[in-house]
Amino acid sequence: MADQTPFPQLLNVQIDGVWHQFPKGTRVIEACEQAGSYVPRYCYHKKLTSPGNCRMCLIEMGFPRLGPDRKPELGTDGKPIINWIPRPQISCAQDVSEGMAVRTNSPLVKECQRGVMEFLLINHPLDCPICDQAGECRLQEFSVDYGDSKSRFLENKVKKPKNVQIGTRVTLDDERCILCSRCIRFCQEIAHDDVLGFVDRGSYTVLTAHAGKALENNYSLNTVDICPVGALTSTDFRFKMRVWFLKETKSICTSCATGCNTVIGSREDVIYRQTPRENDHVNSCWMCDYGRLNFKYLEAENRLLEPQIRFEGKLVPADWPTAIAQAALQLKQFAGSEIAIIASGRMTSEELWLTSQLVTSLGVQWIDIVPRRGHGDKILLSKDRNPNTNGTRLILGSKSEPGAKLIGIADAVRSGQIKALVILKENAMHLGLPVEQLAQLPGLIVMNTLPNDVTEKATVVLPACGFAEKRGSMINGKGRLQRLNRAVRPPGNARDDWEILHDLLQATGGGDSLSSVDDVFRRISETVPQFVGLTLSKLGDLGVHILAIEELPPMHPSDGEAIEEAIAIQARRRGVRPASA
Amino acid sequence: MAMTVPRPKLNWRERLYLPAIVAGLAITFKHFKNMLFGHTKVTMEYPEQKPDSRLPDHYRGAPALVRDEDGRVRCVACQLCEFICPPRAIKIIPGEIASTDHFARVEKYPEQFDIDMIRCIFCGMCEEVCPEQAIFLRKDYAITGFTRAEMVHHKEKLLEIGGVIHGVVLK
Repeated sequence: MADQTPFPQLLNVQIDGVWHQFPKGTRVIEACEQAGSYVPRYCYHKKLTSPGNCRMCLIEMGFPRLGPDRKPELGTDGKPIINWIPRPQISCAQDVSEGMAVRTNSPLVKECQRGVMEFLLINHPLDCPICDQAGECRLQEFSVDYGDSKSRFLENKVKKPKNVQIGTRVTLDDERCILCSRCIRFCQEIAHDDVLGFVDRGSYTVLTAHAGKALENNYSLNTVDICPVGALTSTDFRFKMRVWFLKETKSICTSCATGCNTVIGSREDVIYRQTPRENDHVNSCWMCDYGRLNFKYLEAENRLLEPQIRFEGKLVPADWPTAIAQAALQLKQFAGSEIAIIASGRMTSEELWLTSQLVTSLGVQWIDIVPRRGHGDKILLSKDRNPNTNGTRLILGSKSEPGAKLIGIADAVRSGQIKALVILKENAMHLGLPVEQLAQLPGLIVMNTLPNDVTEKATVVLPACGFAEKRGSMINGKGRLQRLNRAVRPPGNARDDWEILHDLLQATGGGDSLSSVDDVFRRISETVPQFVGLTLSKLGDLGVHILAIEELPPMHPSDGEAIEEAIAIQARRRGVRPASA
Repeated sequence: MAMTVPRPKLNWRERLYLPAIVAGLAITFKHFKNMLFGHTKVTMEYPEQKPDSRLPDHYRGAPALVRDEDGRVRCVACQLCEFICPPRAIKIIPGEIASTDHFARVEKYPEQFDIDMIRCIFCGMCEEVCPEQAIFLRKDYAITGFTRAEMVHHKEKLLEIGGVIHGVVLK
């Protein structure tokens, strides 16, 4: 029960001649790393079990020599005399113990590392120039650090299958595989989809999917991340860009309420890939394929690039001041009870705060977000596909379930009570709104990244940013406030969402001038108690836990389902396509 | 920091200046004589005369892509030259070789390969870094054009300059 006590038992361990203390249960390989002596490894991954099959993490290990009284014998320097085990040990499969001594750079260890590297490389093809892993390949790195510069292998290399589609998203090159089994263990232990395995023996061992199966689970691309070599590569990223060109921006995934921490790899304003970033509070080292590949829409051909206003029945491009002024004019001519705002759970907290200011300033009563629910799994993917539902609860202050007022808004539009509708980052077409009446509205202000049926009917179109193009914060499903960072610049004349809302707020006569998104966050921290004392910078890369789940307004999944069902029924009744998740 | 430069102490011969003047005039007369007897060639009449035949082997002209004996473009679009290029003159868009292609085993090829010859500084680092011996600096030096666009060498132009090279790429 040592790990349940607040202070776990500390053990004395000697690493490269220096005594350190580590909590009980620390792996030797981790202890060495913490002590500053990195031990190379291929098969070991801290989130997976240790099979100890790559033999790269060999070290010398020893224990204090015990005298007849079972006490460590002390040398002339007053330190225990170490009895070294004559053969090297693997450091990945053993925990530290009291008095243990480790050598990570002795001649024996170096010789072992050199030997293991030579064995790993005998059948490895030298196709680094075409291999996507080059640049972040452990085999490349350790070959330079621990290996020989020349190969003594004169025989022919074993030929194995190349370019195998082991799943729709993963490409396998068996010649590059060093049989570390990380991917197999990941599929067994994390994804719970045991489809990978080794077949054949000796040098002919190959990684393969079980007969009749494929690596199709929603976490398959994590095997690409943990593959230390280029055996498993992402079919999507394959040959697109060399990794050393990628600018890495720490951000979060906005495809569901989990908010997995990510690194966005981009070059010259084009996003090439998204990879998970370790955060033990949120996503460990993983993310789902759905979220990982959900960035393509940012480069869609039909992105909204210019602000547009309706002039003589047609949408014409306008400049930003004109579009904002036009939108403000349309909003100001109506009373608050005649305006409705449909916001989005995909907006950042800063944008939601500005929206809430707009609501207060105009006296709007109809405000809601669009619920977005999908299939959840027990691993990472959340049922709630809105990344910032908790933000809308906290900042917009909505007491009801997301989407509860949508039917009311639809009815009010139909009855003509609502004259101006503001739709922020949502496609309102499938919410049961009367389509024919939308076009008749005197004010239909739409802010979005991509065009949809509603933007065509809008009176003002405001092109906005996608998740990778802006900075801001979101509160994930477990109440953790995390930060998005800008990886690429928005295309065309599209602007940061918070700037658009800020300008709109000012043009309608509310709010005061804020010069950056950090200022907006500061305002939130002055008004929302959970944000007190925080700034965007203080959130750091890993975020801050600000909500205990009990603090959240009670969530009744059944209610949520009922609302969605009601919307779907309404939509069906009007012959509109039902809400898509 | 201020520093005083010590003046050299001149001996009487040097102070006389005459030996230096005589030595200088001797060089002048040597050149004068060479000119008179046609030993010194001052101007090459470019472009009627061209230095092509006299370019040294290590001459660094325009970079170019080469094909191997089988006609395959040797470049596999590893983009190391793009990375190393000091003036960032190279732009490569990699592509995947179709599985039905004769060279499908090579997997990767440059779909586009552009070298902006306005930017190129003829340093030869692309040739040096290339792991596939696919890019070489040829002896073409007269790179001209009327527009910026003309000065960008696309893949076809690069292959035209480069031609075919024989020899095995050790893999």
